[in-house]
Amino acid sequence: MEFEAIIGLEIHVQLKTCSKMFCGCANVTGRAPNTVVCPVCLGYPGALPVMNAEAVRLTVQAGLLLNCRINLFSKWDRKNYFYPDQAKNYQISQYDQPLCLGGSVGISVDGTEREVRLTRIHLEEDVAKNIHFESSSGVDFNRAGTPLMEIVTEPDLHSADEAYAFLQALKQILAYGEISDCNLEEGNVRCDINCSVRPVGQRELGVKTEIKNMNSFKGVHRALSYEIERQKRVLSGGGTIVQETRRWDDVAGMTQSMRSKEYAHDYRYFPEPDLVPVELTEAQVESWGATLPELPAARRRRFVEAYGLPDYDAGVLVAEKRIADFYEEVAQACGNYKAASNWVMGETMRALSEANMEVDASPLRAEALAGLIQLVDQKTLNMPAAKEVFQVLFTEGGEPKAIVEARGLAQVSDSGELEGFVEQVLEAHPQSVEAYRGGKANAIQHLMGQVMRLSRGKANPQVVLDLLRSRLDG
Amino acid sequence: MGNLHLETIESLQAKLREGACSSVEVVQDLLGAMEAVDGQVGAYLSVDAETALAEAAEADRRRADGKAGALNGVPVAIKDVLNVKGQPCTCGSKILEGFVSPYDATVVKRLREAGAVLLGRVNMDEFAMGSSTENSAFRTTRNPWDLSRVPGGSSGGSAAAVAAREAIASLGSDTGGSVRQPAAFCGCVGLKPSYGRVSRYGLTAYASSLDQVGPVTRTVSDAAALLQVLAGADPMDSTSVDAPVPDYREEIKLGMEGLTLGLPAEYFVEGTDPEVDAAVRAAVAQCEALGATVREVSLPHTPYAIAAYYIIATAEASANLARFDGVRYGRRVEGQDPIEMYGRTRAEGFGPEVKRRIVLGTYVLSSGYYDAYYLRAQKVRTLIRDDFAAAFGDCHALIAPVSPTVAYGVGEKTGDPLQMYLGDIFTVTANLAGLCGVALPCGFTAGGLPIGMQVLGPAFAEEQILRVAHAYEEATDWHTRRPALVEETVSSRQEG
Ligand SMILES: [Zn+2]
Repeated sequence: MEFEAIIGLEIHVQLKTCSKMFCGCANVTGRAPNTVVCPVCLGYPGALPVMNAEAVRLTVQAGLLLNCRINLFSKWDRKNYFYPDQAKNYQISQYDQPLCLGGSVGISVDGTEREVRLTRIHLEEDVAKNIHFESSSGVDFNRAGTPLMEIVTEPDLHSADEAYAFLQALKQILAYGEISDCNLEEGNVRCDINCSVRPVGQRELGVKTEIKNMNSFKGVHRALSYEIERQKRVLSGGGTIVQETRRWDDVAGMTQSMRSKEYAHDYRYFPEPDLVPVELTEAQVESWGATLPELPAARRRRFVEAYGLPDYDAGVLVAEKRIADFYEEVAQACGNYKAASNWVMGETMRALSEANMEVDASPLRAEALAGLIQLVDQKTLNMPAAKEVFQVLFTEGGEPKAIVEARGLAQVSDSGELEGFVEQVLEAHPQSVEAYRGGKANAIQHLMGQVMRLSRGKANPQVVLDLLRSRLDG
Repeated sequence: MGNLHLETIESLQAKLREGACSSVEVVQDLLGAMEAVDGQVGAYLSVDAETALAEAAEADRRRADGKAGALNGVPVAIKDVLNVKGQPCTCGSKILEGFVSPYDATVVKRLREAGAVLLGRVNMDEFAMGSSTENSAFRTTRNPWDLSRVPGGSSGGSAAAVAAREAIASLGSDTGGSVRQPAAFCGCVGLKPSYGRVSRYGLTAYASSLDQVGPVTRTVSDAAALLQVLAGADPMDSTSVDAPVPDYREEIKLGMEGLTLGLPAEYFVEGTDPEVDAAVRAAVAQCEALGATVREVSLPHTPYAIAAYYIIATAEASANLARFDGVRYGRRVEGQDPIEMYGRTRAEGFGPEVKRRIVLGTYVLSSGYYDAYYLRAQKVRTLIRDDFAAAFGDCHALIAPVSPTVAYGVGEKTGDPLQMYLGDIFTVTANLAGLCGVALPCGFTAGGLPIGMQVLGPAFAEEQILRVAHAYEEATDWHTRRPALVEETVSSRQEG
């Protein structure tokens, strides 16, 4: 029997705000446990929430970028459940009147383009982090109360590849919109899966499972691939799927039933009486739309027009906002747009991917790369030397000129100095000289290589070639 | 030792200004009064005499430097539901025993900025749930007029302390009558400001959409003086409203002439103690004599108010009280896992009335029951609001009894919670509709118990109800009477 998978995603995105969702505490990570807290985010008696307007703006802007309808009237609700990561044992969220409704994200899989529909986007507060020790547990409330945007899709996805493509496309848009840092390692984007399988042709949906605990998009892809196969296997074998929450085990590469007491949670949502509803005006939403950053497609066009780049280059560069930003800095600082593109698309992206690093996390600064490109343009450096300098810039940082000096990498273009090397090489390789003169033009490459070796890579190849030619042809 | 504890804010301020006394002396007299009567009354839960005296000395220094604030050196007792930095805030509950608050409520901050001295923490029904202060986990507060009777609640400590002259004034909180009813039972003035008039930041929440902080005082003018300091928008409370704050102390002097008062038919009904009914009617006649026009009005949805109130209040409370779980502060009873720890902590920490209301509130919000209870109660709330809007189309303020009874005996109603709930019939409507109301003395029963009436006004019309109340108070002397217990302490103290 042939099966098809029906997949919906719930994506939690941490917003890039200065402060937490309902208090004045900073929205930061990496601090000692329970040092970024106050009576509000610790749920002390009498403390009251105050809405963070910046988080509302970012969510509305995300809605605009994702083609949602913006609700000019939305409200806050309490979602009640007891858990130690909750300061108040209720979470302030949005139940029936979220900030954004509908929307879509375009994806492209195997050359086919299609739209994935969104159900809604709402805003809520994040929970604390539970930390488990050998015989006890602790709770770190630094993250408690930070703004969290939840994006819910329609069950429009049908494969792990589609889900992966969707998440990549979503991440690109949110990063471009400066809505979130979208740093997956830091948990900026977290995703839960709803997945069911049914025989092709069947109208009603199969029983779905919810899958949690994926910490990367690749994890989502693997978890979905596993779960779809599992469900198909169960159904093919005449079994039934249990509606349940399953946990993805990344090491074992499988999903497992969470075996928690199987009762449906009753969250007892009701309107949050400590906050007033969010009332927006058309003009406000419009003005937020007007300040949105340039999106990838527009930027790609601009790269072609303003920097004269091939469309291919522009496409590669804009795929990730941070890379595109980095490219623009390098291009503007060095003035050689095409060379900047080659260096960013080539050496830089290769080194980043090898190091598994984001561009702003590496010691390489745009200014330094621009300086390096200028040294090549001025013929101070040849390519091999330039790559050596790049490696230093990438791993240690620093000034290209200083590195060139310290390592004696400056290119030798002085023909007087190079003539001596040419002389030595011609004497030592009579067969190559013979071959060249006999019509084998390629033989000159070998001779060039020898001269470069004698100069320890510092000879200006153009000058060497000119010298060799004048000696051999003359 | 003098008799400074007998002063009002107004008379005390005159003495402090003239240099006839110091704030330290005032606090000393109050501490003396507490020593003399609080063993019988039981109004206070905790008093930090040292800090109060130090704050008073500070206030005296400020006055000497010409930097006296609006309430400079005036001691105010604080209901144990309001957060004061470095002080306990038990909310009358064992679950918060030992908790020390890390921050000041906005009203406390405003009192400090005005130069007031914080005098100690007064008793209350646990988490403000109750109408007699018998639900306090710590002690029973008694009515200074008759020690066998309750002071009312939930701000019973606030009212008893003022009535017993152990406080010049106090702060309470009113969710369904919790300032007005104890004020009436104890012969004090109790003001419930309009919802949003005073910041709730730092007021431990019972029912967030109904709670307001309000003063309990001996005179209407004193209530106006406190409201002047407390009122106004607060960036820490999104539900506080940025409406202009009038000069209350001036506005209230405008007299009764030209005002139309409404008598809601549904508040003068069978079942009310005849002495209460008669006293309020007599007060209405007095208002008329002072120049007011009186007319009957109708608030037809009044019969549904108690049900709507107990659904909305308990629903909100069930979430508000979820934070008391033993994880971050307060009492903790260990368990095998967090769920067991929650269960044990809350089973031991909460009293029966709090548990009853949490269960009730959880039930009305449950899936399948939400529409029948919570949603319907919200619709009733709208209808009640509309009732009042229509009534205020014809009159400036409404006059009604505060409670169908005067103070009842300790233990008399504890066995029948429903009977206790019904006592809130005349007060919960102002909270449901977000109105302002002030309770003030309007007579005494033959047995010598105070009777209170309330003046209700539209939202943000505090100056209007205080004006009515002040004009009435000027023409009467109920507010000058003192419980016998106070007379005894005054004479014995003078001899000593
Ligand atoms: Zn905070």
